[in-house]
Amino acid sequence: MQPLLRAENLVKRYPRKKPDSSREDLVALDGVSFAIVQGTTLAIVGESGSGKSTLAFCLACLERPTCGSIWFGGKDIVKLAERDLRQVRPKIQLIFQDPANSLNPRWNVSEILNEPMILQGRTNRDEITRRSHMLLERVGLSCELEERSPSELSGGQRQRLAIARALALEPEVLILDEALSALDCSVQAQIANLLMELQSSLGMTYLFITHDLAMAAHLADEIVVMNRGQIAEQGPTEKILNLPQHETTRQLLAAVPRLPHGTRPGLDQ
Amino acid sequence: MYQNVCLVRVGILPQHELEVSKAILARRMTSILEVRDLHVSYKSRAGASTEVLRGVSFDLRPGEILGVLGESGSGKTTLAASLLRLLPWNGKIAKGAIRFEGKDILQASPKELQGIRGKRISLIFQEPSVALHPTMRAGEQVRQVLAAHEPWGKNAMRERTRQVLSTVFPEEVERISESYPHELSGGQRQRVLIAQAIACGPSLVIADEPTASLDPTTQMEIIEVLRTLREKRGLAIILITHNPALLARLADRVLVLYGGSIVELGPAATVIASPRHPYTKALFGSIPAIFEGNVSNRKKKLAAIPGDSLSLSLPPEGCPFEPRCPERMQKCRKHEPQLMELGEDHAVSCFLFEGQSNQP
Amino acid sequence: MRYLLRRLRHAFFLLVGASILAFLFTTLAPGNYFDEMRLDPQIAPGTVAALRAQYQVGRPLPLRYAAWVNSVLHGEMGFSFAYNSPVAPLLLVRARNTLLLTVTATVLAWGIALPLGVWSADRLGHLPDRMLSWGTAALMAIPDLGLALGLLMLAVMTGWFPTGGMTSVDFETFSPIHKFRDLLLHMTLPVAALVLSALPLLVRHVRAAMADVLDAPFLLAAEGHGVPKRRLLYRYALPAAANPLISLFGFSIGALLSGSLVIEVVMSWPGIGPLLVEAILARDLYVVIAGVLFSTLFLVGGNFLADTLLYWADPRIRTESGGK
Repeated sequence: MQPLLRAENLVKRYPRKKPDSSREDLVALDGVSFAIVQGTTLAIVGESGSGKSTLAFCLACLERPTCGSIWFGGKDIVKLAERDLRQVRPKIQLIFQDPANSLNPRWNVSEILNEPMILQGRTNRDEITRRSHMLLERVGLSCELEERSPSELSGGQRQRLAIARALALEPEVLILDEALSALDCSVQAQIANLLMELQSSLGMTYLFITHDLAMAAHLADEIVVMNRGQIAEQGPTEKILNLPQHETTRQLLAAVPRLPHGTRPGLDQ
Repeated sequence: MYQNVCLVRVGILPQHELEVSKAILARRMTSILEVRDLHVSYKSRAGASTEVLRGVSFDLRPGEILGVLGESGSGKTTLAASLLRLLPWNGKIAKGAIRFEGKDILQASPKELQGIRGKRISLIFQEPSVALHPTMRAGEQVRQVLAAHEPWGKNAMRERTRQVLSTVFPEEVERISESYPHELSGGQRQRVLIAQAIACGPSLVIADEPTASLDPTTQMEIIEVLRTLREKRGLAIILITHNPALLARLADRVLVLYGGSIVELGPAATVIASPRHPYTKALFGSIPAIFEGNVSNRKKKLAAIPGDSLSLSLPPEGCPFEPRCPERMQKCRKHEPQLMELGEDHAVSCFLFEGQSNQP
Repeated sequence: MRYLLRRLRHAFFLLVGASILAFLFTTLAPGNYFDEMRLDPQIAPGTVAALRAQYQVGRPLPLRYAAWVNSVLHGEMGFSFAYNSPVAPLLLVRARNTLLLTVTATVLAWGIALPLGVWSADRLGHLPDRMLSWGTAALMAIPDLGLALGLLMLAVMTGWFPTGGMTSVDFETFSPIHKFRDLLLHMTLPVAALVLSALPLLVRHVRAAMADVLDAPFLLAAEGHGVPKRRLLYRYALPAAANPLISLFGFSIGALLSGSLVIEVVMSWPGIGPLLVEAILARDLYVVIAGVLFSTLFLVGGNFLADTLLYWADPRIRTESGGK
């Protein structure tokens, strides 16, 4: 199957000057290549500094890679001018780790939701309101919350709002940059369920970036392990979990905190 | 001990030596921390009062690691702050008692309190990126804690700072000591916080989400640091977290907090291997279980607890977990269960176990 | 280090630019020193013409600028028509007098504002804090002129302080101790006026900066370590709140020569203020230019000082500007 999104040899360098005036660039991405098939979830795991977030930003067109290509919809979006990029942006959306920082604290829920639609050019007030309500319902938020500001919502509710806002643009790919990491365990489960449900009903494609290998293993069809800007290992989830080849992968697997057997009374329901 | 008594009687040992050894013995035999029926509430600007901790009671033995498991809104951070009376201006300890090493914390004078904080009980804050002073070097920040409690000279202070830092940083002590917080990684900052906490040799450290924003490998390292501290110094630790798997690695006993009340309390092994309270069971059940053996559960719906965690502005009449409880009964809505002993030091606060309790 | 050198280079170019502009504007302003003389019927037009030629008033602008720069490099800074002497010695004496006032006032003002602001922020929202806010607001509303005149009235009514000037008439005959006391007495009112006019703004800024920092997590963490209150406020909170205050301090330095103008004139203090006013009115060109330049020097210097202090005080700025 033709991949929906394909990264080819992505390199991202940040120039840094040393005190003695020599240049020592920070290489955040060093030749990263992978592909995602539509309707699936690809997890990118690694420690801090492995380049995961830089990758997320490059794919979301928020940063331009130093070199390499990103193929989406038949075009290399790295080479596109800003004008053309504007067509592509709604299709690839980014959900951040800290919803408190990515939601405007001075707007209320309905204003936050309406904004993307207004930017898209919709003008019919009723249509906008109708879509907002539909989106709220989709993500499991009550319409009563419309007047609230983000600071009055819980972490889980904020993250649902962020997802609703992203959905307002009818994206094809959602990049989740540590989107669950700041949430409580039980809330993570709720949001994970929401994401899986959206994937099966809307055919969403996810790029799930995290250092929580357990959640990544649960949600992803394929896993890419990153280490210092390079891909250490990639492959289907089962293979990575059961037959890790690279040292980094083994280390990550060893570091996952596990609960002993027998504490899963709810799972078979 | 008896020997010492005789020696004092005979006039060989001075009286105060006897007092010292009595105290040491007493400490070893009893808990170092006793919390009884703690009620803490916050007052909003409008004047409304919200109860955040409702009747929390527990003991802590010397050198014990107690894991406090709770999610947002459970009152865990309030508990940590209350133990040192560090509540914000609108927080009030409405009722209850806290005794530490025999001393009544709630009645302590500000001066006594200052002598306890950082010296006998230390608090490691969440979020190392904001808990450190932005323009003070790491070594200086540790030295300040020492300077607040010990009247030593410059050289002694410097030496001791170095000593403390080398317990948590086996290598690169000099470099770390001279660095500013923004030059350190998340894990390194967390270690500096730990260094500050142990600098004056406290007997209790309260660690509030010490691994929250860290990588899995770094998390493991921090856990090891804490474990080593307990082994080498007999440090008692209260470890507050919302991640149950963390407790499996480190805790001796686990206390589960929900809606400001203790819902389960018992040895870590028991609580984690066979949780009794519906909340604890549901919490463990909502974590993806890939590594526990069943890969075929991948991409299946997780058993999430429905609904939001308790909104504490509306105090429930009955059990705080009742609205979301999969095993709720009629009784649960109107009556609040109390903590009941189930044997083996394991207590649960749930009406499901009413008949099984050891208590009359 | 490179950061500082860059700032120094900027400062130099600023000064050169300011000198050119000062020169341009004052020479282009209509009228010159000799116009006054021309109006005086007792002076023959020939004398005026001769004086004009002597002082090269008619030469083209760039040449005059070059001549002036040359004069600056020789330490003379141009020539004063009114005083018939090189500008530099005139200016320096006056500048010294002004600095006597302003340095004292700045030290006092900051010395009072810091503890007051910290004290107020510690009691944020409570009565003492609110009363201080009202007090400072009231003080800010009174113009410098009003303060100066009010103080003068106080001097006249009580006779405790002299009503003007820097020294008493028979100053030279005093013993050193007596001289010192005399100077202090004369300084009291102008310094008081300066301090009272600068204080409210400083206090409010210190209080605001502290209030911003006071609910920072690291302060709570330090309190949790048993750090005593005083140390928390001065060793932890104040340094963290220092950045905007350091910039403000730079402005304070910048205003050292210019901020006291009104008060000097009102209280007859022989500083740069009265000299400049006279020179402007009389079109004493080079005095004006030199005065403006001096003020600019202090302003630019003050900013540079603030930058240096910031660089030294906040390690995050050092890292940002590529220092590490």
